Order: sequence, then structure tokens, then C-alpha cells
Amino acid sequence: MGLSRASSKLVSLSFLFIGLLALSVAPLFLPRFFIYLTALVLLTGLLATSLNLALGFGGMYQFNHSVFYGLGAYGLSLMLIKTSLPPLLGYIVGPVISAIMALIMGIICVRLSKLYFGMLQLSLGSLVWVVIYRWYSFTGGDDGLHGVPIPQLFSSVTGSYYFTLVVTFFCMVILYFIVHSPFGRILQAIRDNPERSASVGIRVRLQQLIALVIAGFFAGVAGGLFVTVEGSAFPDLLSWTLSLELIIMCLLGGWFTFFGPMLGAAIIVCLRALVGGYTEFWTLALAIILMLLIYFLPEGALGFFERIWHGKASASGEVK
Amino acid sequence: MLKVNDIQKSFDRFVAVKRANLEVSQGEIVAVIGPNGAGKSTLFKIISGHLKPDKGTISFRGKDITSMAPHQICRHGLSLSYQIVNIFNRQTVFENVQISVLSRIGKAFDFFTPSRNVAVPETDEILASVGLLGVRDRICGSLSHGEQKVLEIAIALGSKPELLILDEPTAGMSPEETFATISLLEKLNKEGLTILFCEHDIELVFSFANRIMVMQQGISIIQGPPAEVRENREVREAYIGGSD
Ligand SMILES: Nc1ncnc2c1ncn2[C@@H]1O[C@H](COP(=O)(O)OP(=O)(O)OP(=O)(O)O)[C@@H](O)[C@H]1O
Ligand SMILES: [Mg+2]
Repeated sequence: MGLSRASSKLVSLSFLFIGLLALSVAPLFLPRFFIYLTALVLLTGLLATSLNLALGFGGMYQFNHSVFYGLGAYGLSLMLIKTSLPPLLGYIVGPVISAIMALIMGIICVRLSKLYFGMLQLSLGSLVWVVIYRWYSFTGGDDGLHGVPIPQLFSSVTGSYYFTLVVTFFCMVILYFIVHSPFGRILQAIRDNPERSASVGIRVRLQQLIALVIAGFFAGVAGGLFVTVEGSAFPDLLSWTLSLELIIMCLLGGWFTFFGPMLGAAIIVCLRALVGGYTEFWTLALAIILMLLIYFLPEGALGFFERIWHGKASASGEVK
Repeated sequence: MLKVNDIQKSFDRFVAVKRANLEVSQGEIVAVIGPNGAGKSTLFKIISGHLKPDKGTISFRGKDITSMAPHQICRHGLSLSYQIVNIFNRQTVFENVQISVLSRIGKAFDFFTPSRNVAVPETDEILASVGLLGVRDRICGSLSHGEQKVLEIAIALGSKPELLILDEPTAGMSPEETFATISLLEKLNKEGLTILFCEHDIELVFSFANRIMVMQQGISIIQGPPAEVRENREVREAYIGGSD
């Protein structure tokens, strides 16, 4: 047991190392478009992983996660455009704005159970979207903000790629530690049995609220990375269609695993590039993916999680 | 230590607990007996804060806990082990107990220590004391019913309670498991743990408890030492019947 755990750890560490090595030398070989695409995969993967902290590990139906992504993007963009504060500060300010919004929405939603949580979050998120969409003088309305003055060091394709790689790596490490910490263990305990959690002295709502704030913060970081890679921010970043895409990423990759959402993000982002951006084809492709997911998961997509875990539970039960 | 005063609780129109009074002193083993549906589990859930009573007060170690949330009551030193197994099904046996220990030692907001290195000796000690160390790394959903009931108790012990409340701890256990569980509880009681439990096995109750409270249709009809309760006419007629 101890040996197999050690060796499986070695295997995953070497995979990680090879992957990182490949990612760090990739710009030397890849054409520009693929460098851009890889950066997009990385930051979207970070975004999906942050969602999964609330969704997969927290068991909270976070249906409007893209709001925090968009706020991070707008926070950074507006700071770079409208102020002369040090640009790097924007990479903190954006996520902090997202985290504060996550806190506010969390306080309102966290009392509700499951589906009600999701529905209320969806409507609160749409409210934020409307403000951004309508407030022309400040946010550029539906035009969005373009030509954001990104710090020179990472304004090139390669520069933004490396910046994205480094930031994503550090954030993923932090999230990995959080999921595997006592905080993460208790969060998963709450997901599995909130009543029992309370009766062993856990402050259920507070624990969940903090998870939501952390998830919001890292979504904001991903938003900042998007602006760096793309040079712009627009209201679509906050749309619930993107939130749906994120949930599909988690489902697709496996929301019971830490790296699943990153994998799901890679698949979806590449597919989207292949099908051609925000077109009807893409909506169609998304619908088909969702249908396939649901078709092969008779309990419905949200029940997937439970089923897998029960399967895993009984499977490991045989071992002894 | 625990004082329950005229508790009443109804669900919609149905009165599950009409008038319950109960007193538990430090170091005692107190049993609640009564037929199915008498309101024993409901009373325990009220004491542990999972249900709010309509009327009445509960004080524990000198504090009024009537309106406290379950997690506050737990931190105050009162732990509940459930009648219907209520564990963290997807986690291992070790993790189930560790969760409780982590919460007690204030590690709920430790974000960076790998959890598999935290509170290991404490958790293993509890597992050893209840005899679950052998199945430490099993997913607990796969344990036998008896083992799950023991795990129930182990989780409750993880919070190091002053008062342990057990709702039918041995229900569904084999005779050997029952014996082991009772010996465990006796040992814990000798070490200073106060125990309040309810149980259908009358023989067991009369041999194990210091004091017994009898509950019928939501009313606590008598509370006293086993001999006194055994002699009570009302109890004999209503509950024990002609069985002895
Ligand atoms: N949540 C609830 N909603 C409605 N009725 C309930 C609820 N919980 C318990 N009851 C009812 O209250 C009565 C008392 O239930 P309780 O579980 O406390 O009995 P008990 O003494 O523990 O019985 P048993 O020995 O079978 O465990 C029962 O008639 C039960 O049907
Ligand atoms: Mg009961």
C-alpha cells in the first residue's frame, strides 16, 4: 500500500515535470496561433479548476462562475486604462474585486440548498452582467474594452504565454494544496454530509463561504490572464453561456478529480477553436457535447458526481 | 450537567414530544427507554441542536443551549451518535474520524498542511480504542452495519465530548459486537465520560444504566435508578408489561 502510493506519486510527479518542460519549451516550436491557444487553455483550465473547488469539492451548484472571471478581467482592464497605478497591482485588484463579489453573493446564497443556491446565483450574476453591459461610460457597454495597455513585458504573444504559464502554475499549486488541506477535507465532508459536519462542530456556512471566496478570487486571476492574452475585456466574459461551458468542462474532465477540469478545459477550448469561435456551430457543438454527456449519464449531469463516487466507494470496498 | 425542562416539539400538528424532563449528572450513565415512536430520537435531536423545541429549555454545564446551533453545542462538549448511521460515506474510516478531530483542534481553516499528515496519532488512537484500526483505510460505505455503528461512536468521540449521547448504539449489532460496544462504553465512562443513551434491549439497559428515564407518547413518565423504575406500576403496565 505504502509502496504503491509512493510509486504512483512518482509517476504523477514525472508526468507533471515532463508536461511543464514541454509547456516551457513549446513557444520555440509552435506557431503563434498555437502559443495563443495553449495560453487560453491554461487560463481557462485555471478558471474551471477554481469553479470545481465550489462545485466538485464544495458540492455547491455554482451556476454563474464566469461573473467572477469577467469582474477580474474588467477590474484589471479598467485599472490599466483609467489609472496610473502600477500595472502589476491590477493583477491583484481584479481578483480582489471578484473575491468581494463572491463574498457578497455567497452571503446571500449560501443559506440556500443546492438548486436554489444555483438559481439565485444565476439571477444575481445576471444583474452584474446587466450593469457591465449597460454602463457605457465606464465599462464600454457591449463594445467592451479594447487595446488594454498591458505591461510591455507580457504584451507579446510569447510574453503573455509565459506569464500565463507561470501564474497558472502557481495558482494550481495553491489550489492543489487547498483541496488537500484540512480545509479541503472538511469542505468535502460538508459536501457529503452537512448535518453530520455541523454535529462534529464544523461551521458549515462559514466553511462554504470561504470556499466560494477562494474560488471567486482565482476566477478573477484567470480573468486578468485573459486580458493579458487577448488585450481586451467584453461582457461575454460574464455570460452564463460561458458558465455553462465551465460546468461542462468540469463534467467532461471529471469534477471529482483535481486535474479533471484542466483536461476538460483543454478539450473544450480546442474544440471551440476548431469549430470557430462564438458561432452557431459552436452552440451546436456544445449542445451535442452536453447531450452526449447526459445520454451516457442517465441520472443527469449533476448526478454524475454522486454516481462516480458511489462506484468508486464500492469498488475500493472490494479491496482489502 | 444536563438539564432538560418541559421540552415540547411538534411536527405540523403531530406532537412528537409533549413534555420531556431529564437530568443527567457528571459521570453518570443514563438511559432513556420507551416504545417505538415515543419521541426518544426527537428528544436527542433537540438536545444536540438539530431540532428546535417549541417550548422548554435545555441547559448544559451551566449554560442555556436551547437556541444554540449544533456546531456550538458540540464545541460545548456534547456529541451525538445517530440511530440511523450518519457518516461520511465517501471517505475512509480514518478520514471520518479525522474530520471530527480536525474540527475540534481548530484546523478547519488550515489551508496548506497536507491533511494526511494532520492529527494522525489522535485519530489512530480513537480508532484503536474502538477496534477499527484494522479497517482504517477502507471506504466506510463498504463496512458492515455493525462496524458503521461503531464508526458512528468513533466520530462522536473525535470531538472529545464531556457528554456522549447515543441513539440506540447497538441496534442491529451481533451479540459479540453488542458486548464489545458496551464494554467500550463502560471503559469510557470509567475514564470520566458521561453517557446518555436510548435502547430497546431492556435487559441491557437495566444492567448498564445508573439511572433510567421512561418515555411514553412524548411524555417522560418517570426517572430514577433501575430498581425504582422496575418497581413502578405505571411502567410495568405500560412498557415492561408482564414480562418479568
Ligand atoms: N421529521 C419528522 N416529521 C414528522 N414526524 C416525525 C419526524 N421525526 C419524528 N417524527 C414522528 O415523531 C414520533 C417520535 O419519533 P422518534 O423518532 O423520536 O421516536 P423514537 O422514540 O426514537 O422511536 P424509535 O424507538 O422507533 O427510534 C414518531 O411518531 C415519528 O413518526
Ligand atoms: Mg429513535
